[in-house]
Amino acid sequence: MLAIDGTFLDFKQLDLLATQHTALHRLDPRAKVLTTACFVLCVVSFDRYTISAMLPYLLYPAVLIAASGLPFGYILRKILIVIPFALVIGIFNPVFDRQVIMHVGEFAIWGGWVSCASILIRATLTASVAIILVALTGFPVICAALEKLGMPKAFAVQLLFLYRYIFVLTDEGVRTIRACQLRSFGRRGLSLRQFGSLVGHLLLRTWDRAERIHMAMLARGFSGEFHTTGPQGRFGSKELIFMGGWSALFIVLRLYNAPQLLGGLFAGSLS
Amino acid sequence: MSHHKVEVRNLQHVYPDGTVALNDVSFRIHHGESVAIIGANGAGKSTLLLHLNGYLSATSGEVVIGDTLLARENLAEVRRTVGIVFQDPDDQLFMPTVFDDVAFGPLNMGLAATDVETRVIEALGMVEAVELRHKPPYHLSGGEKKRVAIATVLSMLPDILVLDEPTNGLDPHARRQVMALLQAFHHTRIITSHDLDMVLELCERTIVLQDGQVMADGPTLDIFKNEELLHACRLEKPFAMQACPVCSPGRRTVPGRKPLVPPHGDGYHDHEH
Repeated sequence: MLAIDGTFLDFKQLDLLATQHTALHRLDPRAKVLTTACFVLCVVSFDRYTISAMLPYLLYPAVLIAASGLPFGYILRKILIVIPFALVIGIFNPVFDRQVIMHVGEFAIWGGWVSCASILIRATLTASVAIILVALTGFPVICAALEKLGMPKAFAVQLLFLYRYIFVLTDEGVRTIRACQLRSFGRRGLSLRQFGSLVGHLLLRTWDRAERIHMAMLARGFSGEFHTTGPQGRFGSKELIFMGGWSALFIVLRLYNAPQLLGGLFAGSLS
Repeated sequence: MSHHKVEVRNLQHVYPDGTVALNDVSFRIHHGESVAIIGANGAGKSTLLLHLNGYLSATSGEVVIGDTLLARENLAEVRRTVGIVFQDPDDQLFMPTVFDDVAFGPLNMGLAATDVETRVIEALGMVEAVELRHKPPYHLSGGEKKRVAIATVLSMLPDILVLDEPTNGLDPHARRQVMALLQAFHHTRIITSHDLDMVLELCERTIVLQDGQVMADGPTLDIFKNEELLHACRLEKPFAMQACPVCSPGRRTVPGRKPLVPPHGDGYHDHEH
């Protein structure tokens, strides 16, 4: 099986996880979306050499996984897919940034290494909370929540269609690549020319499909307004406590470096 | 006033590139009739279907649904009356769940939420798919997708059902299921297909298209008996009407090839003559 095949089959797994019924699953999606947004904002706004101050943020994904019983190994594998992209962004930092910012024993550590590590930690944190959000809520529900929070309807619909047809499109893509591989007799990979033509064909087919979908929508009375019947969530006290509690923690952790403070406390009590 | 009849008068459709897809097509389909439209690839079947709910507009000629002449002003009404089930269910099922998809039409018609729910459950019940309502469409099998696609149209309570290749790509069991469903409906039905055995079972009348023109229009059995006509239109008798391959081995083989089944003494010949 092609690697890409497996990755997308796994997406369906993510969907199935979202149909469970734990207390966290039942929480109004808006609370989860806003809390995740607060988390991401706090994490990405740290200085580029920050490492220790971000570590306490691991608490949030850890608590969510533990409380909802999501399969940890599965989430970890999803995060590992994202890490190489982050590595590409950070990998040149050690080349360009050779300023020594600390010493560990004999070794001088360049700023580049620290910032590269910082990028990886950020990627891990933000990817994990995003994946957990989808696994706890379900993509269509997140779209509905974003819309209720004021995102223009057109964007919400776009996202929904993207999610619906990514499966169909990958199916088509995978079939085309397979057909190509079966006739390339052991030569690995696609040449740029082949790749270009393949992507072009996929685009044209997507175009055709979009037209047929539009036809099917018009045939059922579509007039530009998108109606949905999703579950009407209620933003109650549970949601308020969840969102308020976590967001407050994130902001405090952003303002004060907890590991350093703790370390200071210990050092203070020892001296 | 009856909504259930369809009349097409001298319909012509020319695509922007100059291809004449339909040329002077006329027919009249009455209340409750089940009519097949057959023809080779490119004969104009799909173009014709798209005219029946006003997705395409005619180069010349007219389409009358019930007593209404199809025009821009009454598109909404016509699209409610004529429910089209497209060939690829992936094009028809675009919402996050089966329920949302079946509710799409009724919601667009402006029904209240409770009415929508009743309609959806009713429509899913008719295709025996109520238990699929919370599933996303990409978790369904081919046969399930097809039945749900039919439900998305039934929920609008159409008077006329138009189905493009309803049995295409289904396994024999799913094909039988869909056929049984269609047989049970009392709507006026218009079906295009290359599955001529299905046509023989479901449609009492058949219209044959060739190069955008009506070549024949009459009782299905008469048309399938006319071998000359079928041959000229690149069609073939349904398998059910062809001779038994064992008793007359020459009839179903390609010229120059040996018959698939030896003439005598095999274990598969299960009927007496």
